[in-house]
Amino acid sequence: MTRRNIEGSFHLSGGDFTNAGAASSELKSILTNLGINPEIVRRAAIATFEAEMNVIIHAVAGVMYYLITQDTIKVVLNDMGPGIPDIDRAMTEGYSTAPDWIREMGWGAGMGLPNMKKNSDRFKLDSVVGEGTTVEIIIRIKEGKTE
Amino acid sequence: MTLGRVIEILEAEVVVDAIDREMEIRSICSSDLMSDLLHFSSRPKSILITGLNNTQAIRTAEIADIKGIVFVLDKRPDKETVRMAREKGIPLMVTRLSRFTACGRLYAAGLGSCTGEDR
Amino acid sequence: MNVQEIVDALSLEVKTAKGDLSRTVTGCYISDLLSDVMANAKEGEIWITLQTHPNVVAVASLKNLGGIIVTNRRSPEAETLQKAENEGVVIAVSPLSTFEVGGMLYKMLRC
Repeated sequence: MTRRNIEGSFHLSGGDFTNAGAASSELKSILTNLGINPEIVRRAAIATFEAEMNVIIHAVAGVMYYLITQDTIKVVLNDMGPGIPDIDRAMTEGYSTAPDWIREMGWGAGMGLPNMKKNSDRFKLDSVVGEGTTVEIIIRIKEGKTE
Repeated sequence: MTLGRVIEILEAEVVVDAIDREMEIRSICSSDLMSDLLHFSSRPKSILITGLNNTQAIRTAEIADIKGIVFVLDKRPDKETVRMAREKGIPLMVTRLSRFTACGRLYAAGLGSCTGEDR
Repeated sequence: MNVQEIVDALSLEVKTAKGDLSRTVTGCYISDLLSDVMANAKEGEIWITLQTHPNVVAVASLKNLGGIIVTNRRSPEAETLQKAENEGVVIAVSPLSTFEVGGMLYKMLRC
């Protein structure tokens, strides 16, 4: 069975906790409706949700772009945010720069970036302090093929 | 164990009745930190026991395929949280018990952790 | 029951305040939200959490809690450990989940 590539994007507003997660939730429905294996959908949803929350928590605004091909799910998040000064440290489980009030909302445990990486087949992080951060998540739909 | 039995053990009140009480529950996740749930909740058919009664808990349950949420210490979800749970079809329960007592009773009843192997 | 007995029974690894393990534990509180612990935990209770931020020590100290058990193999930051050592707050860690540690402790504290 073949299908055409599907792509789209969502705008994310920093600090908008009411709609936080809505983009990932919609992407999850799209993937589920395509009949993709639930475990792969779950991994994609988790990685995307963490990336979306990072934008909501840390940035002013951002865009989440997705491309679903026959073989892969690719999600790119681009934000206008503070940037990450020390990427190695940010990738360490438990390290977080989120303020206390974010922690009280259930976030800021320092697991976001590690979770994105854990659930991706390929994960790329680029950041410029004072400008923003780009996260690229690639998840294979079919075994043994590359994008 | 059925969801109905979990509700009995926790003396919980059902707030969002998107419920099949015969649904099988295999494990428990208990956390107030969402990334922790996203990281560790690898086992299917889990229920979340938490003190975090906001929309973030609903989103996380949806994303991580968690089958239902119990709020402890009689922490009632607000309207928006209830609305979202209804929309997503995620059952919500509230218990007067603390997280410690809720976990203790379910552990004693033989349920395992969503992070680990069957007991 | 004291902290030492809990450490032994649950095979916890004690990270700080090793001289303060004789303290009596009156109960247990589980939470990862500091404001919740501030509002609801009681003196002498041992606190099970995933939080490893230095502020946990301040909360445990202010509420005069029996100690802190950090679950899921999380290791507290160096600053947290230093603060706990200075204030005589016991931090012990476990590779098990909060649900499992809480479940086992519930059995012990009720017997």
